[in-house]
Amino acid sequence: MEILVCVKRVPDTSENEIAINSAGNDIERDDLVYSINEWDNYAVEEALQIAAKSGGNVTVVTVGTDEDEEVLRREMAMGATHGVLISDEMFTGSDAKGIATILKGFVKKGNYDLILTGVQAEDGGAQVGGMLAAMLDYPFASLVNSIELLDGRKLKVSREIEGGNKEVSEIDLPCVLSIQTGINEPRYVGMRGIRQVASVPIPTPTAKELGIDPATVGANGSKVKRIGYFVPTVGEAAEMLSGSREENVDKVIELVAAKGGLK
Amino acid sequence: MEGIQSPAGSTFWFIPGHTLFLLMHLLGTALFAYIVARRLSPLIRAQSDARFNRPLARLQKVLKFWLGQWKHPRYPSAGTIHILVFAGFILLATRAFTVLVSGVVDGFVFPGLSGELGRVYAIVTDYAGTVVFLCMLIAIVRRLLFKPARYAVPEKYGRAHTADATFLLALIALLMLVDSLYEASESAYRMLQGQPSGVTAVLSMTWLLKAWFLTFSLGILQQIHLASYFVHEVTFFFLLCYRPFGIQFHVETSLFSVYFAKLDRGTVKPVRWGVPDDHLDQVKSFGVKKFEDFTWKHILDFYSCAECGRCSDNCPANAAGRPLSPRFLTTKARDYSFGHYPVFGPKNEGTPLVGSIFSEDQIWSCTTCGACEEECPLLVEYIDKIVDLRRGLVDDGNVPQSLQKPLKSLESRGNPYGKMEKKRADWTKGKEFQTACPVKVLDGTNDADALYFVDSVTSYDERMQSIAQSTARVLRASGMDFGILGAAEKDSGHDVRRFGEEMLFASLRDHNVDAIKASGVRNIVTSDPHAYNALKNDYRNVPRVEHTSQVIARSVRSGAIKLDGGENGKSVYTYHDPCYLGRHNQIYDDPREILDAIPKLKRVEMKHSRDRSFCCGGGGLMLFYEPQEDERIGVKRVRMAAEAGANVIVTSCPFCLTNIEDAIKVGGFEGKITVVDLVELVDQHLVREKPVAERDQVAASV
Repeated sequence: MEILVCVKRVPDTSENEIAINSAGNDIERDDLVYSINEWDNYAVEEALQIAAKSGGNVTVVTVGTDEDEEVLRREMAMGATHGVLISDEMFTGSDAKGIATILKGFVKKGNYDLILTGVQAEDGGAQVGGMLAAMLDYPFASLVNSIELLDGRKLKVSREIEGGNKEVSEIDLPCVLSIQTGINEPRYVGMRGIRQVASVPIPTPTAKELGIDPATVGANGSKVKRIGYFVPTVGEAAEMLSGSREENVDKVIELVAAKGGLK
Repeated sequence: MEGIQSPAGSTFWFIPGHTLFLLMHLLGTALFAYIVARRLSPLIRAQSDARFNRPLARLQKVLKFWLGQWKHPRYPSAGTIHILVFAGFILLATRAFTVLVSGVVDGFVFPGLSGELGRVYAIVTDYAGTVVFLCMLIAIVRRLLFKPARYAVPEKYGRAHTADATFLLALIALLMLVDSLYEASESAYRMLQGQPSGVTAVLSMTWLLKAWFLTFSLGILQQIHLASYFVHEVTFFFLLCYRPFGIQFHVETSLFSVYFAKLDRGTVKPVRWGVPDDHLDQVKSFGVKKFEDFTWKHILDFYSCAECGRCSDNCPANAAGRPLSPRFLTTKARDYSFGHYPVFGPKNEGTPLVGSIFSEDQIWSCTTCGACEEECPLLVEYIDKIVDLRRGLVDDGNVPQSLQKPLKSLESRGNPYGKMEKKRADWTKGKEFQTACPVKVLDGTNDADALYFVDSVTSYDERMQSIAQSTARVLRASGMDFGILGAAEKDSGHDVRRFGEEMLFASLRDHNVDAIKASGVRNIVTSDPHAYNALKNDYRNVPRVEHTSQVIARSVRSGAIKLDGGENGKSVYTYHDPCYLGRHNQIYDDPREILDAIPKLKRVEMKHSRDRSFCCGGGGLMLFYEPQEDERIGVKRVRMAAEAGANVIVTSCPFCLTNIEDAIKVGGFEGKITVVDLVELVDQHLVREKPVAERDQVAASV
């Protein structure tokens, strides 16, 4: 099975102190460290596990610039066969639909049975997977937390629904799935792994090579424009319980139960 | 009158004795050689190991630990028995050789032992044989009746070896007995005939048997003499060829295990011996994944284990119910070796170890405290094997999820918490602290004699920052001109290396070495024993490093630092030896000397102290690991302090402090026991003769 995983490089929320810049239109990007979007990492691990069972290759693709190559290398060190960096100046400022359009152009040039994305990006809006599926006219399942291979180009997938329950579906290949964290335990990638793939060439197709209409991507093609960020004002402080240990435990149980956390 | 017939001169089943015994000797020796050759075959396929250097240091090890049986008295009863048996075997070696040769060459006397020396030797061997015989009986009784707990085999690790152990002990006892029978029957025979009968040592087993045999007929004695020789022959060669199948193989291998033992404490073996760091990229596979990835010395260790159980008896992971027991790590590997490299039949190599004989949790459970290695009489190594197995897991991406985040953060931010580099020196920036004790950052604009290497936990952990501040105040009081690297410092990587991430360690090390060199300091001091061990034993080409306790002890001795009383007399202190300060680096006395320099301070020792110190639960990345365990290791440690009658635990390691503080909370010791770092305690007791500012003015005017 040929599997494509769409990944993104994002500021690592656990290793940065995110602050908004003085202009208020972006976050402060000095001193930021980046990593692979966490959901995408689970998607790559899942692809590798499927490929290990079914045979075939895993390709990781991202839309970006030279700086984004590091996440491709990391995922190639995990075991992805190919990495592709779709890169073109005219992509700058693309909205989610633009990114989906670019990815569609890439998918059309290849022959993929299964396309995985993360459910969302840490700095995104959980839009690209569904849009890509629609543009390709492929079936789509979101929030997938298990995948089982069935005979005859079908998958059995389960999706996370409200309250931790699972919905199980059959889906035809080729399809697009957005992968939820916790579907697997992603393998560790050390420096050694990254160094071993350091010299593997990474193709960088452009809009022209992928036959993408410039009017549909980039800032001009965007129908959604980000106008700013704001930090929510700090509300009332947390409720402090001041009883004895037993009383506090009872009170916590009561509060959690009242919010539907206990059955 | 005819004398007693010797085995060589007799006929057994129509075969002349000397021919029969020559054949048995040859056959037995050949079989033994074949078995040993087969046992060596995995060693030849194993990884190389640099153990042929420094012969004098190695001979010293042999004299101390093999011939001198140095570790044995740590377990007084078993140790005494072993020392007696070992001494007996050494003394009896020449005797055994003589007896064997005399089966072929009638009347053989070992060169040099025909005269007076021979008579003395005869007496010595009579007693030696008797002592070994008695020790075997005691050992059997211990095994069968007293059943020391450390010999037990929990169900998950297989079945008990009592039967096998007892069988082997009985065979040795039999060997001693038939040797005595052989000698006593001959001596009694000669005496009855009025011939010179040689000396027998008074009250030895031979002496007693001889006294009894004087009541026997010559014919019976002749038969005992020949039969005992025959049984001796069969038992000797059976034992020789049977030992390589079980725990007694150490009789043959221990000398080599000790000679080739690890010489440098606190170090970790390189990924591959003989492969320099800059060639590591060309190594196809890291660490131990299959049996043949172990070094030959490590496989030899597996053979040498005598299953005495002392390692596991001292292992904190084992005590806390984690799925790790060093003893069974070794025996499982040995059983694997025997099963996959059988003496007869084809070998079956290359199967993965983790998932078959080892589990991932087992490999991650080790705190690398070194208690097992400290205890092992045969100097079997464990930490290097664990690290190599971890390297194998890391190489295959099998790292517990809870460790992946800190490792990633160490890669991107140089600390396991993912905190910003520029905040590494934030502990110096509190207004009050900064006024009283300004700390220089050696970023090119400042220089200093010494570098205080703070390391990650002490730099970033809010509680541990107090250690950094105390260290700064105490170093300043001692008159040291020091600074810190600040944002240029990265984690020492000590535990990154011990968790098997060699390449990440190498990058952290290279960064720090460059930063230290650029700072131009002549000395390094650190309050973290893990950093101390890394800088001292893992790094190369950095200035001399000392732990704060060494610096403080010296300052107390010289009078540069004075400590006052202020003890209420109610506090009873005990010192907890951090593994990487104590066992791995032998710093036991300096911290105690400092404590004893505080007037009126009451101090008690825990039962497990100094080189038998019981780990707090493990430092570095171990803080992020979520082990399967029945009880926290730290809680056990706090209980030990309570049992010793202490209500203040003093340690000198930020990780020990973290673990013990947590253990006090979860173990229900709050209000009963507290823990403090040695440098914090010294800071509290520091006699500040003059306010710092005033002293600076004095210094400035000079």
